[in-house]
Amino acid sequence: MKEVLEGRVILFGDNVDTDQIIPAEFLTTGDPKELAKNAFIKVRPEFKNIVQDGDIIVAGRNFGCGSSREHAPRALMGAGISCVVAKSFARIFFRNSINLGLTLIECDVKANEGDKLIVDLKRGTIKNIRSGEIFEFKPLPAFLLKIVEKGGLMEYVKEVLNEKNSYNAR
Amino acid sequence: MGKTISEKIIGNKARDVVEAGQIVEANVDYVMVNDVTGLPAFEQFEKFPKGTKPYSEKIVLIPDHYVPNKDVASAEQAKRMRDFAKKYNIKNYFEVGRGGVCHQLMIEKGFVAPGRLIVGADSHTCSYGALGAFSTGIGSTEAAAIMAIGKLWLKVPDSIKITVNGKLDNYVYGKDIILHVIGDIGVEGALYQTMEYYGNTIENLTLSDRITISNMAIEAGGKAGIIPPDEKVFEYLRDRVRGNYTPIYSDKDAYYLQELKYDAVDIPPTVAKPFLPSNTSPASEVDVKIDQAYLGSCTNGRIEDLRIAAKILKGKKINPEVRMIVVPATKEVFNQALKEGLIEIFENADCFVCGPTCGACLGGYMGILADGEKCVATTNRNFIGRMGHKNSEVYLANPAVVAASAIEGRIVDPREVL
Repeated sequence: MKEVLEGRVILFGDNVDTDQIIPAEFLTTGDPKELAKNAFIKVRPEFKNIVQDGDIIVAGRNFGCGSSREHAPRALMGAGISCVVAKSFARIFFRNSINLGLTLIECDVKANEGDKLIVDLKRGTIKNIRSGEIFEFKPLPAFLLKIVEKGGLMEYVKEVLNEKNSYNAR
Repeated sequence: MGKTISEKIIGNKARDVVEAGQIVEANVDYVMVNDVTGLPAFEQFEKFPKGTKPYSEKIVLIPDHYVPNKDVASAEQAKRMRDFAKKYNIKNYFEVGRGGVCHQLMIEKGFVAPGRLIVGADSHTCSYGALGAFSTGIGSTEAAAIMAIGKLWLKVPDSIKITVNGKLDNYVYGKDIILHVIGDIGVEGALYQTMEYYGNTIENLTLSDRITISNMAIEAGGKAGIIPPDEKVFEYLRDRVRGNYTPIYSDKDAYYLQELKYDAVDIPPTVAKPFLPSNTSPASEVDVKIDQAYLGSCTNGRIEDLRIAAKILKGKKINPEVRMIVVPATKEVFNQALKEGLIEIFENADCFVCGPTCGACLGGYMGILADGEKCVATTNRNFIGRMGHKNSEVYLANPAVVAASAIEGRIVDPREVL
């Protein structure tokens, strides 16, 4: 896991639901790159043209509410989003992102569209380069940090399975 | 300090004494995926070390979102589920024509029982709280993880106690209670929390109405919506349930983050207007001309819902400018409706009746809305573009409001027109 992320802000409001992130009609693939082609297609069709690798989404409350579709964080990852910073996250979106290794930060950041942010995951700070303001956030609980640091739930499960296999082989 | 139902069930499954806020790994009784969320789960599962065997008896596979297949892509997706079931000898696979909408089917087929921990890669998995289970929606990757290791990390949620007392007025149902609560506390009013229900109004509700209430906990951001199981639940389960179960109840001195009290007489037939389930108004104040009326979904596609609508539509025709779509949630519901003559009533009223599918509820197919069209629906979400075009609108309501509105051609309070 990278300890410092630097990226350009794409701004969203409150209650961005997973139907907005990736509408249901595109849920016949799990491929992040394919899904990214239709990210925000109904509410912000220009998204796929403006998004750049490493961009950071800054949003309001309840980001990712609604459907459990893991296709939503996958679409964001496929689009190159490095991190989502929001005032709060809906719970299934939060789980899915942690499990996939997409960095989420709960923090009330003041930023405009296009601002550059430097996110220091170890120190728990976000700096807005334009305004010079620094915002602090609480790190994830230890267990979740462990999953994120391993690169997601898949790696964690593989370890559990390996331990089980080596135990069975004894 | 006593424990809540959530703390007790998760504690039992984690084989530990737990309290709200803790993150634990818990053994899961069942994990369910549908055709949409199944595919990514199967792909993840295949990435585990060669020879990894799934906990087949814990897995339930229910195609419902895009089946019968709506196009080639969804046909391929549904086939992947069928293939996965075959490859790993998963018995709990419900093919088209044998099943239906996943949450209603999970309940009908006896997977759900008090005290169980059930998760599903579908956000409305919280429905099973109506039978005293702890159930919640998860993602595809973690569904794959459970298939492989049988357990999952969970944060033990705080709980909110919601009490409703008094007699509901005519044409007011479980749907109105939950819309009223969401309208009050907002779409993140129960974020990460369990909504626990008490009071004589809840006790007097049918199990069907209780499922509607638990089903929409997620629309308030909730992790679960639990109703203490009673004789109605035990009776329903008598000839259905798989295995044994033990009902779990909260202690009298359990800690609640918040206690909310509602009087049933203050709850009218309620409508959630676009584009959030919290944007509620009494149906009588929503005078909107509609193009479509939709009766179905895991929220309100049960036999009780169909009876309510059929009673209103009997011997009548819907408005000539409205098309009404009726989708019984499962084969069992469909057959019962057929037996009771309800299908005939819908047909005679000029409704379109089809077999079970999630279909239009999530904007999949079978009733997609065009630019600017408006639909009153018994479903659970009215987000932007949820049922089709980005400029279409969905109004959430109970089955009586939907049926009465289909006749009138505009959204009405059934108490004013019937």
